[in-house]
Amino acid sequence: MLKKEAKQILRKSEKWGWVLEPDAQKIFSLSGFAVPRYGMAEKSEDALSIVRKIGYPVVAKIVSPAIMHKSDVHGVVVGITDDQALLATLARFQKMEAFAGMLIAEMVKGLELIIGAKNDVQFGPMIMVGMGGVGVEIYRDVALRMAPLKSRDVENMVNELTAYRLLVGYRGAEQVSMRELRKTLLNFSSLIMDIRHYMESVDLNPVMCNAKACVIADARIILKK
Amino acid sequence: MNLKPLFEPRTLAVFGVSATNERHPANVIFEKNNHRYPVEVFGVNPKGGTLHGEPLYGRVVDIPKKIDLAVIAARAEFVPGIITECIKAGVKSAAVISGGFTEGGRADLQERVTAIAREAKFPFLGPNCLGLYVPFRVDTFFLPIERMIKPSPGNVAFVSQSGGILVDQMIKFTQQGVGMSKAVSIGNKALIREIDLLKYMLADPATKVIAFYVEGFNEGEGREFVLAADCSPKPVIVMKAGKSAAGHRAVTSHTASLAGDYASFAAAVAQHNIVEAANEQELVSFCEVLSSYTQPINGKISIITGSGGHGAMAVDSCAATKLTVPQLSQKMQENLRKKLTVNIRSIASLSNPIDLTGSAVDEDFVACARALSATQEVDCIMVLLLPYLPGVTLDIGVRLSQVQKQFKKPIIAYVPHVEKYNMMIDGFELNGTPVSPSIEGAVQMAKALARKKPC
Repeated sequence: MLKKEAKQILRKSEKWGWVLEPDAQKIFSLSGFAVPRYGMAEKSEDALSIVRKIGYPVVAKIVSPAIMHKSDVHGVVVGITDDQALLATLARFQKMEAFAGMLIAEMVKGLELIIGAKNDVQFGPMIMVGMGGVGVEIYRDVALRMAPLKSRDVENMVNELTAYRLLVGYRGAEQVSMRELRKTLLNFSSLIMDIRHYMESVDLNPVMCNAKACVIADARIILKK
Repeated sequence: MNLKPLFEPRTLAVFGVSATNERHPANVIFEKNNHRYPVEVFGVNPKGGTLHGEPLYGRVVDIPKKIDLAVIAARAEFVPGIITECIKAGVKSAAVISGGFTEGGRADLQERVTAIAREAKFPFLGPNCLGLYVPFRVDTFFLPIERMIKPSPGNVAFVSQSGGILVDQMIKFTQQGVGMSKAVSIGNKALIREIDLLKYMLADPATKVIAFYVEGFNEGEGREFVLAADCSPKPVIVMKAGKSAAGHRAVTSHTASLAGDYASFAAAVAQHNIVEAANEQELVSFCEVLSSYTQPINGKISIITGSGGHGAMAVDSCAATKLTVPQLSQKMQENLRKKLTVNIRSIASLSNPIDLTGSAVDEDFVACARALSATQEVDCIMVLLLPYLPGVTLDIGVRLSQVQKQFKKPIIAYVPHVEKYNMMIDGFELNGTPVSPSIEGAVQMAKALARKKPC
């Protein structure tokens, strides 16, 4: 069942038509997903105190109800390793439209996957998993099913990816925890069924999967109009 | 909603039959049913009159019998009135052939008709459709009888959003010897939709395979449909048109872009025990093979042929699907070799595909089919026949079908479809073994058998 706090976030976000990233991260962490350690900073002192807790390297992202596609406006900076770069990034973000803060999150290593959902007119909530990152629409290596997913569906989806061999540790690379990936997908499917009356589509991209966990490094929930 | 009077009418009222215009669609429908089918037919025309000495009734209520099915081909604006009249007179169902509703900008008219019918639980097909054809029962298509191609009666029900595709498909079914149990055109599907017909056909003893031509489901109905099909013991086949539509709509997320309308359709359908036919050829092939064999296979194919090239072509086609052509074990190969006639024993290639060479005779094909039917190494046998080989006779179809009936392992044949070979093809088909007119088609058939098992 959807937690009351999550429901409040969804209602509050209706005016923007989508859920701001820290709010989306909150929904996912409330629902039992692994999310990176993060904090929101509006001013320099906040930013510095957040990184003292998380430790470098970090990723910084613009938070603004006016900016849904953060990368398009250079609103994402990965691999920040010192205070100088952190504060310079903050200063740049502060000038962006409707600046509401800077999200600072720990860098998580792993294979970049995408997990997504959309509300289809004919079939209702659909779930997708595939190779993530910026090339997702170029490689189009994704598997799609109607929600709610059964364990068998999850199994088949992962197996049918061209990237399956990467997941199981291609040429000595670290293997992805299939147990965590399956758990994440099933959990995602039930969350999507819970929020199906609110959502139009959801992108978790990337989800960083490694031998220990699948961590949602970026979450975007687009609400129904 | 009780659809039985629609599919098994004993009495039929045709609205709009003209006393003077023989070419009127209503007249065509009247004529083709009258005295040709066991259904009793009555013409309705507000002006009354007679047609070939038979009375035309001014109102449906004047007909001396209770009507099971009304066929309505009147102008759209008269349809709400006619439906009301039918309900009052106790008519049990209707096929509304008339166009000029939602598709012609008159959604209001369609909504009115639907509301009237829904309230009275009155089932009707259409509007803007051909209605239905049930062999030996009824035919509401307004196509002159001498022009229509009707497949032989069989066990495939075909439900189509498009009347044109339905009639065309009936020609193709006929060409490939696929028998039909019901042909239904649903047009604008205002009241009776895919899901209703799926449920009806699932319970219909005459139907073993249920095929659909779908342009799109209404909101949320795709979900309902696939969930209903998921546990169906009868194979459900869907052919979709409009795959490329809606591709230009601006999308804001990667998921919405990658999981477009058609991608979602294909995924949802495949997930739920439905076979999607990519095109008309696949549809016919799938219908033919699934009407013979309803049990799913894992897709381990053995190929028996008299030509290395045929085998190689088939292996390539299998490789493009999830089908495998596993190499047979040494033991199996030795076993096979012992059973071959002396002439080919040393020259046949037996690893799979099995090339019996141009010197093979019927007995060699039959011996291989028997041995392969008895092994677990493969679960489907594809026989690519060269009817022009001197050792192959017209009896081969019957003989291989006997093997298939005895062992219950699916056999799929390829024979070129020319008149000269019809007796050989009939030997297969009339004995329950599907025959494809192309190698690729035979592989498509096997692909359809390798579907997901019912839930």
